[in-house]
Amino acid sequence: MNSFTFVRQLAWRESRAAGRRLLLLTTAISIGVGALVAIESFTDNLTVALEGQSRALLGGDLALSTRTEPTPGFRLVLDSLTRAAGADPATDLAEVTSFAGMAYVPRTAGTRLVRVSALQGDYPFYGKVITDPEGAWGRLAEGRVTLVDPAFLTSLGAAVGDTMALGESRFVIAGTVASFPGDVGVRAAFGPRVFIPARYLEETGLLGFGSRAEYDWFLRVPASLDTKPFADTWRPSVGAQQGRLKTAVEEEEDLRQFLDQLGRYLGLVALIALLLGGIGVGSAVQVFIKRKRDTIAVLRCLGATSGQVFAAYLLQAAAMGFLGSLAGVFLGLLLQLAMPRVFGAFLPLDVSVEPSIQAILTGLGVGVWVALVFALLPLLAVRRVPPLAVLRRDVEEGARRRADGWIWAARLVLALSVVGMAMLQVGDALKGLAFSAGVGAALLVLWLAALGLIRSLRRWFPHRLPYVLRQGLANLYRPANQTVAVVLALGFGAFLLGALAVMQHNLLRQLQLDGGLGRPNLVFFDIQPDQKDDVLAEIRTAGLEAQPAVPIVPMRLAAINGIRVKEMLADTMKRPVRDGERVEGWALRREYRSTYRDTSVGSEKLVVGDWWRAGAGGAPGPAPLSLEVGIASDLAVTIRDTLTWDIQGVEIASVVANLREVYWAWFEPNFFAVVPEGPLADAPQSFVVLTRVDDAAVMGSLQRAIVERHPNVTSIDLTSIQQSVEKIVASVALAIRFMAFFSLATGVVVLIGALATSRYQRVREAALLKTLGATRRQVVRIMVTEYAALGVLAAIVATGLASLGGWALMKYTFEVPFTVPWLGFGILALVLVALPVTTGLWTSLDLFRRSPLAVLREE
Amino acid sequence: MIRVEALSKEYLSGGRPLAVLKDITLEIPTGELAAIVGPSGSGKTTLLGLLAGLDRPTRGRVIVDGTDLTTLSEDGLAAFRAERVGFVFQSFHLIPTLTARENVEVPLELRGEEAGSRADELLARVGLQGREHHYPAQLSGGEQQRVALARAFSNRPRILFADEPTGNLDQATGQRVVEILLELNRELGTTTVLVTHDLELARLTRRIIRLADGAVVGDTLAGAAAG
Ligand SMILES: Nc1ncnc2c1ncn2[C@@H]1O[C@H](COP(=O)(O)OP(=O)(O)OP(=O)(O)O)[C@@H](O)[C@H]1O
Ligand SMILES: [Mg+2]
Repeated sequence: MNSFTFVRQLAWRESRAAGRRLLLLTTAISIGVGALVAIESFTDNLTVALEGQSRALLGGDLALSTRTEPTPGFRLVLDSLTRAAGADPATDLAEVTSFAGMAYVPRTAGTRLVRVSALQGDYPFYGKVITDPEGAWGRLAEGRVTLVDPAFLTSLGAAVGDTMALGESRFVIAGTVASFPGDVGVRAAFGPRVFIPARYLEETGLLGFGSRAEYDWFLRVPASLDTKPFADTWRPSVGAQQGRLKTAVEEEEDLRQFLDQLGRYLGLVALIALLLGGIGVGSAVQVFIKRKRDTIAVLRCLGATSGQVFAAYLLQAAAMGFLGSLAGVFLGLLLQLAMPRVFGAFLPLDVSVEPSIQAILTGLGVGVWVALVFALLPLLAVRRVPPLAVLRRDVEEGARRRADGWIWAARLVLALSVVGMAMLQVGDALKGLAFSAGVGAALLVLWLAALGLIRSLRRWFPHRLPYVLRQGLANLYRPANQTVAVVLALGFGAFLLGALAVMQHNLLRQLQLDGGLGRPNLVFFDIQPDQKDDVLAEIRTAGLEAQPAVPIVPMRLAAINGIRVKEMLADTMKRPVRDGERVEGWALRREYRSTYRDTSVGSEKLVVGDWWRAGAGGAPGPAPLSLEVGIASDLAVTIRDTLTWDIQGVEIASVVANLREVYWAWFEPNFFAVVPEGPLADAPQSFVVLTRVDDAAVMGSLQRAIVERHPNVTSIDLTSIQQSVEKIVASVALAIRFMAFFSLATGVVVLIGALATSRYQRVREAALLKTLGATRRQVVRIMVTEYAALGVLAAIVATGLASLGGWALMKYTFEVPFTVPWLGFGILALVLVALPVTTGLWTSLDLFRRSPLAVLREE
Repeated sequence: MIRVEALSKEYLSGGRPLAVLKDITLEIPTGELAAIVGPSGSGKTTLLGLLAGLDRPTRGRVIVDGTDLTTLSEDGLAAFRAERVGFVFQSFHLIPTLTARENVEVPLELRGEEAGSRADELLARVGLQGREHHYPAQLSGGEQQRVALARAFSNRPRILFADEPTGNLDQATGQRVVEILLELNRELGTTTVLVTHDLELARLTRRIIRLADGAVVGDTLAGAAAG
């Protein structure tokens, strides 16, 4: 018999006996493999779905957009561009104007903030709009009709055929839009979409002074035109008119890149699950080998070389890794079905689910490899079992021997494999290294924490506890325990979930409006000067307190310290220098929606200079100006610098008097630039009014009253906005939690594997205790103590680390105060304790069925 | 007093019942020191297990101090053992995660009693003073068996069962263990049932019960009983 045949047969015969247990431990990698396969297949599907859809996503071959009302200059550029592209302005150009407005359905007396899109032309040129009733899209060309999101009808209790008021105009609801090419699901949270013909835009009177709109043009060009170089030549002139030019080809590239990134980062999560599974495999193999000492010693006595024995067990590990990965592939194919549900809301594509061969092969290969490299290190101990061990089976292994070359080689292979897989996954060597280092550090901290807890438990053992508790706790450091592996695997998943809970809790708390005593929750925008008093009166009539109206004056920078902004835009060398770099164009070009007042408000803090005295605006010379610190640094200006503003053609000079730090709370009116009352009193302006409404009925009736009297005034119910934001955060959190779940699930499998491998020992011990007179209850309580302690250990480690990480993230990245999400942590801890207790008792069930004698006989 | 009435035990072996104990009847009075001897496979361990309520007979009854063990529930049997029975096994069966002293304390603690100084006393008694805080792995076989002896006596059992207590020990060590066992039997008046291959050891007892093929083939009172 040649050597390999012997090894193969030995591997097979050995696995016959231990098969089930070994298989269980290799399923630890199944979940990681499953996640990998699901994610790779999903991104494959996405890429396929993207193929050739880019024009439909964009709505045309070329798209132009601007956020300010198009100037004649802009129209000129648009016109020549259209002709140059060989498109017919009459049929191949569409214009879409989008803005927020209040829609009102008189029949149901319901008002709703909507996203209005006013269409002119044959938009969209590509892709299909699905409407209910079918073909309703064409009716937009017929007259005063509108098509709306289904959500609009449900929220107002309206129906197709109803009349909808928008500003001063009325539209008949001709149908609903079930699907629009390129629309991303989450956007719907910001308000339903409403499509109207652009012909009636003027009539609505909604685009008055101070309102914000976005203007888009879509172009269909002849197939012969190469859009990319065409766009490149036209981009400077479009940019000079404050517009942006996009092509379908570039959009597709961007989206492809985004999907690629998404796939890579989701893949990293799968990799984490795989690594945790690998740790589980390693730990289980270690225990397995310890138990196999006798067998190995006998084999050695009978003349097998240590190499042969090692090879046999390695072969076994590979075979089991393959089976585990195979199970993972099936799991992955199932999981893949769930992926569109979890991520669909963020994607502008409809995806069909199909298994990808490449993903399956990758999953199998990576799975087997992970099982092998993690089994390698503990398997090396096989070589050290001396034949003499047959004779001295009771003698525990002596002091740990020094690592030899083989062990170092195995460690190196393990480390290189992890780093290599991360690099391949991220597609970038440095990031891959950083990722492995990050995961390694997190695992190291978890490991140290787990080890520290166990050590201190051992050191300061609570000797006064009742016996059953003590015995349960002592089991945590019994010989051949897998406490650290289980805590690590469970803890890592819980750590990810915990960190998520911390972020969600602390960031959402920032948006909490109800808690802020009397903080405004209803905002009216775009109030024209002649409407101001009436709106305030209306609010008071409703029995509410209105805060003073805040004026908003749109201004643009004309000059800084005497140098014209126009010149600076044309010649970068003329721009001020900040930290060795020239000020960027956007800061010079942008519109500053500013206000005037003589007092500082609660949401800002002076950092440099003083606030002006009331009436300072009346003094001759340049007006004092208060700037937000961030924008001041972007403009490279500080106090005593002179800024000249252009307000609808009138120039006003100002001198920076102070710098403010602003707490940008949600939807509270805060400003980059503030000037004193006086100089801008007659400038074109609109007003914002805030109030606090606690009664839902009043909230509705007040909005209705205002929209009836002043259709151009937009009102925003911040409570509903907050709910929308929470919804979005929740769907993002769902996606992340879905991924974190893989790690936790792997932890559970490792847990089950660990408990199953040590079952033999437990059964024997329980039988012994029963022989000594322990009741079933006592035995169960010992076990519950042990498993609960495992869970508590994992919970302490995970929530502790999550708090630490979350605290650092809140303090340094988000700069918001940190509190512990006790509820979330409580639930997490409960789950972490319940998991090992239930799985533990479940794996020990048959322990109660067997007589102690039968167990003790098994020598 | 232990009374065994028409005790039979069958195991299913390959689907067919295999009679391991066949209709055994005997009585062991309180304070007795008895040895069960017989060839390997004759059913000694099985009988001992039934006497201690570690297993259930197929037929017949075991009555200890008036209590019929066959009528007790699993937990009732556990309570019975905690209350009255001590054990010594051929392969020690100490709990590896507990120190020598903690192992001795287990039976008392299972009964919810304060272990206190009794464990130390017993360990001193078996000659292990100074080793109280050692784990089983740090003790030799003979030392482990002496810990097991101390454990067996910690709950002041009325009955002690020992299954080949010297089987894994060399002769001198075995001798020492047996001496302690007999001493304790004498001092505490514990009913002691000993299973052994070792005829030298059996001769030290007052009564020898011979088993062969699952049946009692001899029951002799030895005049040379120690004590
Ligand atoms: N669970 C079981 N299933 C089937 N047969 C069993 C079982 N347990 C014991 N036996 C059989 O019962 C018989 C008696 O076993 P027991 O262990 O009582 O013998 P013993 O006298 O203690 O032997 P030894 O001196 O070798 O310890 C043996 O033939 C054994 O094979
Ligand atoms: Mg026996």
